[in-house]
Amino acid sequence: MAEMMFWEAVRRAHDEEMARDPLVIAMGEDIGVAGGTYKATQGLWDKYGPERVIDTPISENGFTGLGIGASFLGVRPIIEIMSVNFAWLAMDQIFNTAAKVRYMSGGQLEAPVVIRSPGGCAHQLGAQHSARMEKVFMGVAGLRVVTPSNPRQAYGLIKSAVRCNDPVFINEHELMYNMKGEVPDGEYFHPLEGSEVAREGKDVTLFGYNVSVHWCLQAAEILSKQHGIEAEVVDLYSLSPLDRKGIVESVSKTHRAVIAEEAEPAVGVGAEVMAILNEECFFELDAAPVRVSAANVPVPYNHGLEKAAIPNAKDVVEAVLSLYGR
Amino acid sequence: MDSVLMQEMLRDMLLARAFEERAAEEYAQGNIAGFLHLYPGEEAVGVGVIRATEPADYIVSTYREHVHALVRGIPAGAVMAELFGKKGGCSGGMGGSMHLFDRERRFMGGYAIVGETFPVATGIAYAIAMRELPEAVICFFGDGAVNQGTFHESLNMAALWRLPVLFVCENNHYQIGTEIHRHSAVTEVYKRACGYRIPAKKINGMDVLAVYQATRDALAQIRAGNGPQLLECETYRFRGHSMADAGNYRPRVELQAFEKTEDPVKIATAEALLPYPSSEQIIAAGSDNIERLASYLDRAGHITPGALEAMRQEVKQIVDAAVRFAHESPEPSMEDAEAALECNRHGEVLL
Ligand SMILES: Cc1ncc(C[n+]2csc(CCOP(=O)(O)OP(=O)(O)O)c2C)c(N)n1
Ligand SMILES: [Mg+2]
Repeated sequence: MAEMMFWEAVRRAHDEEMARDPLVIAMGEDIGVAGGTYKATQGLWDKYGPERVIDTPISENGFTGLGIGASFLGVRPIIEIMSVNFAWLAMDQIFNTAAKVRYMSGGQLEAPVVIRSPGGCAHQLGAQHSARMEKVFMGVAGLRVVTPSNPRQAYGLIKSAVRCNDPVFINEHELMYNMKGEVPDGEYFHPLEGSEVAREGKDVTLFGYNVSVHWCLQAAEILSKQHGIEAEVVDLYSLSPLDRKGIVESVSKTHRAVIAEEAEPAVGVGAEVMAILNEECFFELDAAPVRVSAANVPVPYNHGLEKAAIPNAKDVVEAVLSLYGR
Repeated sequence: MDSVLMQEMLRDMLLARAFEERAAEEYAQGNIAGFLHLYPGEEAVGVGVIRATEPADYIVSTYREHVHALVRGIPAGAVMAELFGKKGGCSGGMGGSMHLFDRERRFMGGYAIVGETFPVATGIAYAIAMRELPEAVICFFGDGAVNQGTFHESLNMAALWRLPVLFVCENNHYQIGTEIHRHSAVTEVYKRACGYRIPAKKINGMDVLAVYQATRDALAQIRAGNGPQLLECETYRFRGHSMADAGNYRPRVELQAFEKTEDPVKIATAEALLPYPSSEQIIAAGSDNIERLASYLDRAGHITPGALEAMRQEVKQIVDAAVRFAHESPEPSMEDAEAALECNRHGEVLL
């Protein structure tokens, strides 16, 4: 196990897959000569050349669709959309084409594309650069959605996504590229479905994904040390499909649930997990599940307001205590 | 050209440069955050174009819009306060550097999504045309933006319906790190207008007088009811794309797990403290538009060295006062944020 940064793990996955299969290509804005906004493709342009590491124009719908079209003929593009805020522009190709082509061709065409894009709130990037779009992607049939919370997952999910014949959207986080973590030395394929128990506990389940897993882990420490509550943290790295079985298993043990999400509450991961709990294990619950979500406003630019609008570990702790009437 | 106007444009350019240099310093101090896209090197475009407009004309701009806002007449304090995220900012602290707005001055916004501005500007032009008013819209955009579908869709509609919009390309030859010949099949942006039969011209964007004159001419055609026009202004930016350029995004300090990695503020600060290029470097890169105008005005007898120095002092004071205003302005509250979001009054029918 070597420790590496998140961006290095992403880069390594690209490099290994591109070295193995000449049909794997990478494309996106500033990913080639400049090495990528988050360095995720650094050095690959020199190694694989401009035909396989493509610097695109600012034409998100166009180049995403181009990648999808190329994938019909067996090319396996890893498309980087510089930020999810710009993925809005490519929705037509992602939803109307990639997600549906296999189905509507009766299984004749496949779109094995990987689309990676960072979302979330970074430091005061303002309303148009702070979108959290996982809820949008996970709501449409035909698209797999995964979201790594650490370098190991980032590496292993890209590896698996490249080998998968379904289109896969990988939701990364702008603040996590320099996060360090252990990544297996040998090849590692992370499952595209399921969930991971990031911390075992017996009293309450904290569901997180991507950045919110870290809030949950921090909250679990505080709850254990200061309140004698042992929280289990479940990492929902796969948002579509969500791991029904894993969700139910954990809550059947703890009987309490809190879901932490960086997005506004409506139609989100929290809402979906709650629906699953309702459908699958309502009578296991000792208290109504609680969501910890962002304020229902576009993310404010002002520093103090931005912090107030986005949840953190403290909010998760408070939500758990509320389950106990404390 | 009128001597007073030329002096005013020089003053605008000096203010623009001083404002942006100061914004870089304030960013380094941590008073401004997020993405900060600065304009040094490109002043002649914004100043020449906007000085040629009428106050009733509308401006639609990008995230690199501080100078457009200043020339339009938004007080420097209100712009600086917006960069600080304060309540006294021209967007009430809700926008930040990339989202300056001033409805009253017809500054219809800074937008951060590349290509977003074309349809919006075209729509404003549509509303003007419907009312048969003699107004026009200026739509600023970069060389990288012309590869968005919205560029082509909007040019077609604007030409089809003869809308009063002037498309102004600030061609600084770069889309962040990708040079124009690597992002565009046709690198002479103005030629793209041919496909829509829109009259277009390429001008030296380092020459404010040329920019001013070309804008006057184009607006005269637009006001005569001849439909849209396009100007390509060739220019050059002296700084990086933004203050927090590639690779500088670092985990938030409160994320305990990442605490030991590098401090994003320090990295941004190091970038911010990079000195401006030396005068030799600037000359090597192409002329500095401010030096060019100043020396022309001096040679032609429009300004004395003493008056120029006084102008430099004046703009410095304006910028100092703007920073003071920004510091003293209160922080907006979450209620302000909610009020900004909520448009319909509850329980009332809007007429
Ligand atoms: C739709 C979209 N894609 C990508 C970006 C990221 N981005 C911001 S500015 C920029 C380059 C724009 O270049 P250009 O249009 O030439 O304007 P300049 O910054 O050079 O003035 C890019 C790619 C964005 N803001 N919006
Ligand atoms: Mg440019």
